[in-house]
Amino acid sequence: MDQVSAKQDDVVLSVKDLTVGFGSNVVLDELNLDIYRGEILGFVGASGTGKSVLMRTVLRLLPRRSGAIRIFGVDFDKATEEERLRLDMKLGVLFQHGALFSALTVKENIQVPMREYLDLPQAMMDELARLKIELVGLAPEAADKYPSELSGGMIKRAALARALALDPALVFLDEPTSGLDPIGAAEFDELIAKLRDTLGLTVYMVTHDLDSLFSVCDRIAVLGNKKVMVEGTIEDMLAFDDAWVQSYFQGKRARSIVRNA
Amino acid sequence: MTAAARTSLDIATESLPGNCGEIWRLTGEWVNASAVAASKRLEELGRGQGGALEIDLSGVAAMDTAGAWLLRRAITERQAGGADVSLTDREGANYADLISALPEKLAEPGDGDGERKTLFERVFEPVGRVMVEVWDDTVAAMFILGSAVRGAQLKLGRQSGLSPAAIVHQIDRMGVRAVPIILLMSFLIGAIIAQQGAFQLRYFGAEVFVVDLVGILQLREIGVLLTAIMIAGRSGSAITAEIGSMKMREEIDALKVMGLSPIGVLVFPRLVALTIALPLLTIIANFAALLGAAFVSWSYSGITFDTFLSRLREAIDLSTIVSGMIKAPFMALIIGIVASVEGLKVGGSAESLGRHVTAAVVKSIFVVILVDGLFAMFYAAIDF
Repeated sequence: MDQVSAKQDDVVLSVKDLTVGFGSNVVLDELNLDIYRGEILGFVGASGTGKSVLMRTVLRLLPRRSGAIRIFGVDFDKATEEERLRLDMKLGVLFQHGALFSALTVKENIQVPMREYLDLPQAMMDELARLKIELVGLAPEAADKYPSELSGGMIKRAALARALALDPALVFLDEPTSGLDPIGAAEFDELIAKLRDTLGLTVYMVTHDLDSLFSVCDRIAVLGNKKVMVEGTIEDMLAFDDAWVQSYFQGKRARSIVRNA
Repeated sequence: MTAAARTSLDIATESLPGNCGEIWRLTGEWVNASAVAASKRLEELGRGQGGALEIDLSGVAAMDTAGAWLLRRAITERQAGGADVSLTDREGANYADLISALPEKLAEPGDGDGERKTLFERVFEPVGRVMVEVWDDTVAAMFILGSAVRGAQLKLGRQSGLSPAAIVHQIDRMGVRAVPIILLMSFLIGAIIAQQGAFQLRYFGAEVFVVDLVGILQLREIGVLLTAIMIAGRSGSAITAEIGSMKMREEIDALKVMGLSPIGVLVFPRLVALTIALPLLTIIANFAALLGAAFVSWSYSGITFDTFLSRLREAIDLSTIVSGMIKAPFMALIIGIVASVEGLKVGGSAESLGRHVTAAVVKSIFVVILVDGLFAMFYAAIDF
């Protein structure tokens, strides 16, 4: 707990009393969440509890009923146009299915945000795109391929490279390891941890992958009953008294990971 | 942080005692936005002449991969020149780690086919490609026609794959819902032809022959042609988009592995529906056009509806109506098959979907007009 209070000034993303609903259906009710600089936060919850809704609301893709969202201490509603632009440049998002632009090559996909936000010569953008491709562990030949020519794992890596194009400080990952084989998933986890260490990223990761939760996440938050039920380390999860959390973290699959760890 | 501090980055150089190397003191922000300035400043410093190089990062306000990469590149260059490079960081910063975590140089992608083609190849290769494409399209169209005739599915013990529900649904979408626009369009076309015809025939005092003009033109040519063009734009594009997006999301493949023929399940009902709907729409179009013509003849030339009808009865006979109507099912098949062929050619990207929808509409309208011309020549030859 000391560690957490020491980091209090370093809140990168803070969500206060957030309420989101569609029609008469309230999905998130007065939800609170803080993310600290340099951590990897794993976000779990049963299907349909609103993990994606929360992420999309934070990214302002969905409207909210009430509550405040502050990213790097800036309230988006009160920000000026220029502050908003600066804020957008600090965010990177990896969508669940990659969301790469299918009409552009991987290299061009990575260069889209560079082209829009920065004023760099083409040669420099090419070089930076190739650097990003190398950083996420893709073969250099992938640069000129179209998304439809890539495998699932390569699409995730290419999408991560695009998310990192502007060197964001906060990265949102929506189920980054879903659809990858266990070895590929483990490599991806390592990659995220390595990028966090070298680039000083803060990572918000929605995931169902127990391996990721156990191996790379510093903190875990569980969404349930329209709120964050519990947040803390993996030990806190194992000790928490709730049927869903218990069966999630102490189920057969989880136990074998704990035993092997 | 002010805007001025944001972009000002610099390297102050100092020589080490004894002239055995130099120190770089970096200041400012080494980020994406200042990459051009950074690259320029590093180029000014040049390759150096060996010896030690100490890089002091303690004045750096911020650094991201772009800045780190430029430094990494400069360091690699210096090291290649025999320099001994060391990095020192400010307390609590990890810029040196970031720089050393980057690869020393970027892997070059494998060489593509760099061969230059001769002028002959550059001119005739696209021509050959187009010819092969036309042949492939023809084969694909025949395949679709054949599969459609063969029936929908391969279910054991079931003979017919005709699914009435799907066909009726398609007739509703492609036929019934197209009625208002076809009515409106044909009414206007009939009215316009009648008006222009009346103006020209007035010079010869033969205004009443406008009825012959509109009747024959509409029933033989314009009715079926414009209806087919409208349906090619309306339903042909829909067929290509539907089949194309199913292809993109592997739904076509899913049908195949279930043992169902995608042509039978998807294309066949649409083809049947179009072949039923287009002739019916043509009849509606003809009535609307004649109504429009009658209205204009009355208001511009004072030809009463009775006169119009009796003149029409004399001008047209059954062969006029039949020669137009025979063409409608052919047009429907052309539209359906061209749209399906294009739909099945859609690749993985949204752009290719758009390209093929465009191609479907353009090609089917072109072929419809071409076939209409062939029919006209054929009728003239057999004196129909």
